[in-house]
Amino acid sequence: MDYLSPTNLDDALAALNARDLSIIAGGTDWYPAQGERPIECDMLDITRIAGLRGVEKTENGWRIGAASTWSDVIAADLPNGFDGLKAAAREVGSIQIQNAGTLVGNLCNASPAADGVPPLLTLDAALEVRSLQGVRAIPLAEFITGVRSVALRKGELVTALLISDISETRKSAFAKLGARKYLVISIAMVAVTCEVSADVLSDVRIAVGSCSPVAIRLAGLEQALSRVSLIEAGEIIASADLKELSPITDVRGSGAYRKDVVGSLILRALQEAAHG
Amino acid sequence: MDKRSALDVIGFTLNGATVQSRAAGHARLSATLREELNAKDVKVGCNAGDCGACTVLIDGAPVCACLTSTAQAKGRDVQTLRGLDPVILERLQKSFTAHQAAQCGICTPGMMISAAALLREVPKPNVAQVQDALGGVLCRCTGYRKIIDAVVAVGTTGIPEISVKGDVGDPIARLDGAAKVDGSERFGDDVAPDGALVALVIRSPFAHAAFEFGDLDLMRASEGVEAVLTAQDIPGSNLFGTIPGFIDQPVFAETETRFKGEAVAAIIGEAEFIAAYHIEDFPVTWQALRAVQDVTEAQTDDAPQLHEHAENNVMCGGFVAHGDVDAGLAQADIVLSGSFETSFVEHAYIEPEAGFAEVVEGRVHLHVCTQSPVMNQEALAGILALENDDIRIVPTAVGGGFGSKLDLTLHPYVCLGAMVTGRPVRMTYSRVESMATSTKRHPGRITIKGGVRHDGTVTGLRFDGDFNTGAYASWGPTVANRVPLHASGPYRIPNYRAQSKGVYTHCPPSGAFRGFGVPQSAIAQETLFDELAAAVGMDGLDFRVLNALDNGVPTVSGQVFEQGVGVKACLEALRPAWGTGKAECTSFNATSTHLKRGVGIAAGWYGCGNTSMANPSTIKCGLKADGTLVLHQGAVDIGQGSNTVITQIFAQAFGVSVNQVALLGADTDITPDAGKTSASRQTFVTGNAAKLSGESLRRQVLTLVNAAEDAQIALGEGQIEMSGGHNIDLSRMEVGEDGYVMRAVASYDPPTEPLDENGQGVPYAQFGYAAHLAVVEVDTKLGTIKPIHIVAAHDVGQAINPLLVEGQAQGGVAQGLGMALMEEFIPGRTDNLHDYLIPTIGDVPPIETVIVEEPDAHGPFGAKGLGEHALIPTAPAILNAVHHATGVRLRHVPALPHRVRAALKEAGYE
Repeated sequence: MDYLSPTNLDDALAALNARDLSIIAGGTDWYPAQGERPIECDMLDITRIAGLRGVEKTENGWRIGAASTWSDVIAADLPNGFDGLKAAAREVGSIQIQNAGTLVGNLCNASPAADGVPPLLTLDAALEVRSLQGVRAIPLAEFITGVRSVALRKGELVTALLISDISETRKSAFAKLGARKYLVISIAMVAVTCEVSADVLSDVRIAVGSCSPVAIRLAGLEQALSRVSLIEAGEIIASADLKELSPITDVRGSGAYRKDVVGSLILRALQEAAHG
Repeated sequence: MDKRSALDVIGFTLNGATVQSRAAGHARLSATLREELNAKDVKVGCNAGDCGACTVLIDGAPVCACLTSTAQAKGRDVQTLRGLDPVILERLQKSFTAHQAAQCGICTPGMMISAAALLREVPKPNVAQVQDALGGVLCRCTGYRKIIDAVVAVGTTGIPEISVKGDVGDPIARLDGAAKVDGSERFGDDVAPDGALVALVIRSPFAHAAFEFGDLDLMRASEGVEAVLTAQDIPGSNLFGTIPGFIDQPVFAETETRFKGEAVAAIIGEAEFIAAYHIEDFPVTWQALRAVQDVTEAQTDDAPQLHEHAENNVMCGGFVAHGDVDAGLAQADIVLSGSFETSFVEHAYIEPEAGFAEVVEGRVHLHVCTQSPVMNQEALAGILALENDDIRIVPTAVGGGFGSKLDLTLHPYVCLGAMVTGRPVRMTYSRVESMATSTKRHPGRITIKGGVRHDGTVTGLRFDGDFNTGAYASWGPTVANRVPLHASGPYRIPNYRAQSKGVYTHCPPSGAFRGFGVPQSAIAQETLFDELAAAVGMDGLDFRVLNALDNGVPTVSGQVFEQGVGVKACLEALRPAWGTGKAECTSFNATSTHLKRGVGIAAGWYGCGNTSMANPSTIKCGLKADGTLVLHQGAVDIGQGSNTVITQIFAQAFGVSVNQVALLGADTDITPDAGKTSASRQTFVTGNAAKLSGESLRRQVLTLVNAAEDAQIALGEGQIEMSGGHNIDLSRMEVGEDGYVMRAVASYDPPTEPLDENGQGVPYAQFGYAAHLAVVEVDTKLGTIKPIHIVAAHDVGQAINPLLVEGQAQGGVAQGLGMALMEEFIPGRTDNLHDYLIPTIGDVPPIETVIVEEPDAHGPFGAKGLGEHALIPTAPAILNAVHHATGVRLRHVPALPHRVRAALKEAGYE
């Protein structure tokens, strides 16, 4: 069992190209998934690769390196449009998890309850993916293809999250529903970003997690909420059928319950975004 | 490229020192720190990031060492508890000690490390900041509020000074507390010698299955395997249990398994072999069989029968009849009834079962985290075909027990392994193994019916409860017996009939869990009482006080206490909070739309000690020629505080301060049997033995010099100085038995009497009483319930140590809160600490503890037991508060958000 801990990206990509490697960053999903079984795979640890950790402003947006932790994002100086992402980060597990776990790892793990997916969907995030063959960008909505399934090809490594410039006036929020305060997997969660002017919403983006195999944007509702007041929004949300969602029943809650409460979460997230 | 293999060395700084690890890069840092670098102050509770016990600082940031590869530590600065900034560490230690923020101590390193990281960034944190910083560490003992207080105190309010003398009634710090806050405490997984073999148990993947082994001899011949044990290797009886007549659980199943996780074999091998072994390679084939997991289904005619002796899978029942229930209900002006459902509840102590065994001079020594060393010894003697004296049980520190560490778990595997191989054998349950196979709280399916007259007098109560006892009896018969005796609550019920049944199913065994079924019955009874009060237009508190037991009033078993009944005092202690709570909720709700607040109350009682059965405790003490006073204290301290309480009682009885008592034990070779740490019996029963023992030794001392009864004793070097000028030169006295110049052994067994066929008699020598009040906030849109405030009033007779009383009460409240709101063990589905939820530091509201002291004639210095009482009223108080807030009755716990929301919608909430 080899444990590779390269310090430069080319070495990592070469190794990935040459052999089967299990990629690890914070380990916060990797080790629990492993359980008590013996570890027999060869591993690629990306946390020491130069340039992979950090949140930085680029020419046309923001770049969050693949080894950036939740704590890195919480600490970063970012516009209000990222408040929802930061709120999600603060609700991931615990400080211990936030200090080690990475956003990109959360996406690659592709859990239906991944806290990072809804806020990043509302930021129209894309993943920067590299291999020896080159680099490509995959929109997040296309990256996660199903439960525990992502659109990575052999030899590819996610190197960053890319988020296009967003307006300084954009608001955002995140609402997580769990059965306890800390260390809790979401029963349902909602992320929103929007513009708000005189209590009227526009350019609304809404994403819902834990209510379908992969978290999704609610395009129809987003349309319906364009240029409406918060009060009107409440009525529209209450009457929306949210057919896109297909929540399951599990130990955390029933499918019917998830469908029932998601509207309340959306409205609260919008209110939070609008009024803070 | 930095390519690592198992032979490379990983260097890092550990607590300021440079260390080199030979661990594989992928090895969990927690394992490397503990096993290779001997940093045993790093605790492992789950190996999944769910409990935070293994928290360490890497370059100053708290992370879970169980989720960190050893390779990631390379070149970094790793700090465990012992390596924290000494100034912060010392203040935290003082504050945790003064607040009793450490009970069992297993979570304490994780808590203190998280706190240290916070205090470095935020020197004066507020409560919310402490909660955020410590939210990743689970505690099952304290209820968290003392931990919050301790950390806040370090920053701002200051660390209180604590009493040191230790008279009965003094809130002294735990006598065994230092090791809990400095990382040196040794728990079950901390004591095995290097090079010990490891036991790995092969377990059923199905709830009900037949199985056949393949070639075990081939397996036995494998390199690294020292033994493979099955039922055929058990020298004695392949059965264990806890109640005579109900010894029905095999150490290894012989032809079929009856619950998922049941053991069929154990491999005893070298640690490296076990770590690399694929459990699915074990030569066994399984055939899944039809399983029944529901008590109603299990009693149908076509259900598979778990045990030949149990027709329709009914294990046993309990019955209590008092007066004439039909007549009583007929006299009532209003009769109400209800059905209730409770779930399996997991003990979820943060320390999984662990220990090791070795053969020493022909005897088996077992070091294990246990609540019941002598019961373990007796059970093992039967299994191993040894005499009791051939087995020594040395309890390690116990990282929480709550009833489940009474039963045998790894004990027979490691003992038999050590006997067969001649080498030390260790075992630590994985979190999943612990949760899948340890005992649970019985789910209850309960119907209750009660009648009341317009004047508020309860005329009759009928209770029927089926309890899911799982695949084996464990303490199920105790639950079946206790429930009918307690299902009346602490009230005068002139006409009463209660029956209970324990029903076998293909689920993990249900056993002892804080309250033995009483928390379940209290939910039904206290909810019904709220409804009865409302039906006659009475205030819920007035109604309870009106019907409460009192001195001279018979219980439902016909027992009349002439003294010591403190339930009214507990209820009255809630009155101020009841009044303000109702007013505040009304005013809050007037302006709030979807958030609704309510206040609820409930009372509870619990008979201390075994039910109509002998359960003596014995305490030995002695004086050495050098003047050392030694207390042989066999009541295992599982965090609740018996090391301290028993010593306080003993010291008071003998007439010295606690710091003059040298504490020994628990250890079956050196401490007499103080019984099990269970049934709220240690303060009461062992406390009495300690008092008698101390008094006896004191009499011997006084008699030697004819001193007055009230003479003051001062222990000195080789002598005793007495007031009145008498001195005793101990160094000249003849050394006798056990190496003492004077010694005393005393036993106490609570005076009870057998019950007749109607459950009438004297089941307990004393009861303890409690009443809780809860204020909650219900989010009617989401169905979430947030407790805002709890008041817990407890009649403990005499608080031997008020600080420890508060600790027990608050920890019990947290468990009751969890049972009410989130805890639901589903066999095979929630056997980990992220699918099974227990309260975190953000879920337990401020708890006001009110100590009521209605002395009990049988208790040592008037003291009563407390352990179980603390959680009994909490869940019904919360459920009653939800009703007050919303008008909705919840009858199925846990009240998970989806259940609450469904009930709210049914009641017409949008």
